[in-house]
Amino acid sequence: MNDFLTPPRVGRRAFKVWQRDRDAWYKFYKPSLIGNIAEPVLFLLAFGFGLSKYITDVGGMPYINFIAPGIVISSAMNAASFECAFGSFTRMSAQKTYDAIIVTPVNIEEVAAGDIMWGATKGFISAMIILPILVLFGLIESPWLVLSPLLFALAGLMFASMALIVTAFAPSYDFYAYYFSLVVSPMFFFSGIFFPLDTMPEWVSMAAWFMPLTHAVSVSRALATGDVSFTLLGDVLWMLVFTLATSWVAIKFIRRRLVK
Amino acid sequence: MPEVIIEASALHKEYSGFPAVKGIDFAVAKGECFGFLGPNGAGKTTTMNMVQGYSPITSGTLTVFGMDRRKDHRNINARLGVVPQENNLDPDITVLENLLIYARYFDIPKSVARERAASLLDFMSLTDKKDERIPKLSGGMKRRLMVARALINEPELIILDEPTTGLDPQARHMIWQRLGELKSSGRTLVLTTHYMEEAEHLCDRLVIMDGGKILTEGTPRKLIKKYVKGSVVELAMPESGPARVLECLKGIEFEHEVSGSVLYIYTEDAATALDKAACFAASGFRHRQATLEDVFLKLTGRELRE
Repeated sequence: MNDFLTPPRVGRRAFKVWQRDRDAWYKFYKPSLIGNIAEPVLFLLAFGFGLSKYITDVGGMPYINFIAPGIVISSAMNAASFECAFGSFTRMSAQKTYDAIIVTPVNIEEVAAGDIMWGATKGFISAMIILPILVLFGLIESPWLVLSPLLFALAGLMFASMALIVTAFAPSYDFYAYYFSLVVSPMFFFSGIFFPLDTMPEWVSMAAWFMPLTHAVSVSRALATGDVSFTLLGDVLWMLVFTLATSWVAIKFIRRRLVK
Repeated sequence: MPEVIIEASALHKEYSGFPAVKGIDFAVAKGECFGFLGPNGAGKTTTMNMVQGYSPITSGTLTVFGMDRRKDHRNINARLGVVPQENNLDPDITVLENLLIYARYFDIPKSVARERAASLLDFMSLTDKKDERIPKLSGGMKRRLMVARALINEPELIILDEPTTGLDPQARHMIWQRLGELKSSGRTLVLTTHYMEEAEHLCDRLVIMDGGKILTEGTPRKLIKKYVKGSVVELAMPESGPARVLECLKGIEFEHEVSGSVLYIYTEDAATALDKAACFAASGFRHRQATLEDVFLKLTGRELRE
């Protein structure tokens, strides 16, 4: 427990773990990217076009424009979560890749940090390839858009480290059903992607405040619409603090799981 | 006195209260091949894990290259090569990439890594397979690649946990030969094995462990001499018991052991014992040289382990 409070011993070698993950991904990147594009585009079509006859405008914009920024950031969430859930679990358990690395000068905390960075990269890539599609269809027009990559990176780190905490406790792949159906899916539906939270009963928006995705969605929407205000700094700060905490916890628990 | 590479004293390891290694002492000198023998659960792998820095030490001291195992992870592991019991090659990438990516963990520059990978693939006869993915390799090839990977940082100390378990005789002999060459080139080898033949073949010195303790230590030859004499006569146990056979062998120096339906006679004086072959001819017998396996079974018992 004492060790839990000392800062993770993470140095530049974490980058080598990131490189390993990147090189392995590069072998299969095509199917992986197609999946990344297909899902958010399907959501946009189904909800955006499908519902646009019934919902003419939300917050002064067409419904599809309203949901587009949230769909982008949820794509980052999904990609980062999947990577540090199933991907990391495979490397840790089935392939024993972690075991192979930690008998070199790279330590287990760097392995965990490298996997978080890789999960974040997957989230980043996933959001970045959809962004131009949305711009092309005129769904996002604000010049604040140029700050989106920073948001994607931060959200990627946040969701990657959350998922890695689950991995540190997962006895098998089935365990992730809890995480995805009890944490990830509720966030997807109740973080203000599909309806504005301020029209909901107060307890809903209060509960939403505790969801990481809510803050990412509000920043993403502000950058997309150009409706930028200082309240966004609160969201960014929330995400920074939360990411610092979750990555710390993830690294320490992965260490506790592997070092026996 | 040659340089000491590994030194353990009162080395102790517990897994949540269960003692797996109970205060052992050993020292491995530079350039020797040192073996750990013992049945399953003896504590061999746990000991290897501590030496590799994979498992933290519960108590006692352990130095590797004169450095404290607890404190100097990076500096020790930079000079260490590890072949764990279970293969953990990267299945998504090719044979060559497995070596190149592993080289990065040691900060080996790309061009150097390429050169070393090529010569290691050659050394382990895997050059033809360099572009294959791992699932396409046979068990022997995977094991050879594990050895090649462990050598990518030109380690001074190589730790092999059951290097040839499950391999066919060809692959086993090939690995033995390569390990012999590594030893000749001055590397220090530490290995665990279940194969007594492997230990006799490779190890300069070895320890036999059981129940987390070291039972004995020495060269294979000395251990055989000390515990089981020079040769063994195995015979089917007569229905009336061993008494008549033992009586008949009176006058020569021997020890005996009964296990199930087999009577073992250990003796230095094989010639005289065979002169008295009439004593046990009735039951049918087999005379052979004593091996490390006899020592092993004598010290650790014949009952099955989990």
